[in-house]
Amino acid sequence: MNAILDAIRWFFHGQQWHGTDGIPHRLTEHLWYSGLAFAITVLIALPVGLLLGHVRRGRAASFFGFSVIASANGARALPTLGLLILAVLVTSSSLVPTLIPLIVLAIPPVLVNAYTGVQQVEPGLRDAAEGMGMTGTQVLWRVEAPMALPLVLLGLRTAAIQIVSTATIAAYVGLGGLGRFIVDGLKRQEYSSTAGGALLVILLAFLIQFVFALLRRVAVSPGLRRTS
Amino acid sequence: MITFTGVTKRYPDGTVAVHDLDLEIPAGRITVLVGPSGCGKTTTLRMVNRMIDPTTGTITVDGRDIRQVDPPTLRRGIGYVIQQGGLFPHRTIIDNIATVPYLLHQDKKQARARALELMERVGLDTGLAKRYPAQLSGGQQQRVGVARALAADPPIMLMDEPFSAVDPIVRTQLQDEFLRLQNDLEKTIVFVTHDIDEAVKLGHRIAVFQVGGVLAQYATPEELLAEPANDFVRDFLGGERGIRRLRFVQQLDAEAAAEAESATGAESATGTGTAAGAESATGTGSAQGGGAAAAGER
Repeated sequence: MNAILDAIRWFFHGQQWHGTDGIPHRLTEHLWYSGLAFAITVLIALPVGLLLGHVRRGRAASFFGFSVIASANGARALPTLGLLILAVLVTSSSLVPTLIPLIVLAIPPVLVNAYTGVQQVEPGLRDAAEGMGMTGTQVLWRVEAPMALPLVLLGLRTAAIQIVSTATIAAYVGLGGLGRFIVDGLKRQEYSSTAGGALLVILLAFLIQFVFALLRRVAVSPGLRRTS
Repeated sequence: MITFTGVTKRYPDGTVAVHDLDLEIPAGRITVLVGPSGCGKTTTLRMVNRMIDPTTGTITVDGRDIRQVDPPTLRRGIGYVIQQGGLFPHRTIIDNIATVPYLLHQDKKQARARALELMERVGLDTGLAKRYPAQLSGGQQQRVGVARALAADPPIMLMDEPFSAVDPIVRTQLQDEFLRLQNDLEKTIVFVTHDIDEAVKLGHRIAVFQVGGVLAQYATPEELLAEPANDFVRDFLGGERGIRRLRFVQQLDAEAAAEAESATGAESATGTGTAAGAESATGTGSAQGGGAAAAGER
């Protein structure tokens, strides 16, 4: 309980609110790494997932889909910190190795959810869509994607929360972000800073959860909600 | 007119779904494809809008080989109604109906106005326009399915067991209204069912398929009931063939009477029509009641 009280007290120290080591600056850094990692994840995983779900005809396509999903699920088991150290050793810059574990961790939920969401659209609906003269692309954008949206958003939310909470590891390789408070606090034995940093990360994760809940309300068709 | 010439569909595993089919489907009429499951009736239907391409043979619509038209363009010009409706759950009823006009880049306002008009036409309360499919009953969903197929006013409609997923009373209603609608619209309709009663009730011509994708008989309902071409057709028509035939003949008589009546006074004819329709809706189900009801609709 003391640690939390310390953390709360830590928030109200004047020096936490300005300068390079202040909360606003560290928060901006954190959001920058997270945003970058999230954007790259979405750019890679979303199209691949949607497309694999859409192309389900033929043995080759289904085998390809299966192997991508299997390896994506396998990637979930990779240890983040190990990956980070490995990436640092292999590359020379410091931003890239930070992003790699974040992205590797975030791709599976986005990819698998997009794939599953599209793939589970009833065959009868696809048949109706094609039978009325939709092209493959139109079937994907007008029927499959909107129907997969709840699952897609779930995947994006999982990825975003994972990225935001894991972005603290950037501090291990000398980058900024909210992880600085935690890592530096541990080193300097200023545990109020550690607890404060941790609290900030948790708050950020909650905020993202809230944003996605809002997005779901706005973007998902009322016709797809169970209780309609 | 839709013409099948020597059409065979063979799947890579060797199964023959349709075997050497020659069939002429007249324009402006209802042609019913009927048969047990696995007889190739649905395959035949789906070949008309190129959902399935035949292995050999040609299909023409008004003399034009359909292989010359790319599938999406072809399909936008052919209404398509499937079992369970196949409505898009994420779209409102009105947007579901306007699907094809949207695909054809028609003006949105106009498409919606037309969709509302069609809702009335198929017997749906326009208050349902902003609802979603899950909020409608099975019968209402089927009506939306029919309205959606009619939205771009295609000359041809393909209907794959459209009424089989609803209960018998609603089915009778839907069939009666469908006949009334077709009376006004005179579309070229290909209708697939496994229910011989439905085939006899709706079809101007009936194509009976037997397992292996062979066309066993292609005839008017009257001919079919009077002279089944082979044992398969006789079995398929079942032991009640005599009763069916009787009912059908009565229906024709009633129809002739109704026509004579409408010649004398249109108003009185519509009067009997509604009365008969109401009777069938309550599901009396007697041969005479059914016949009179159907006659009233026509």
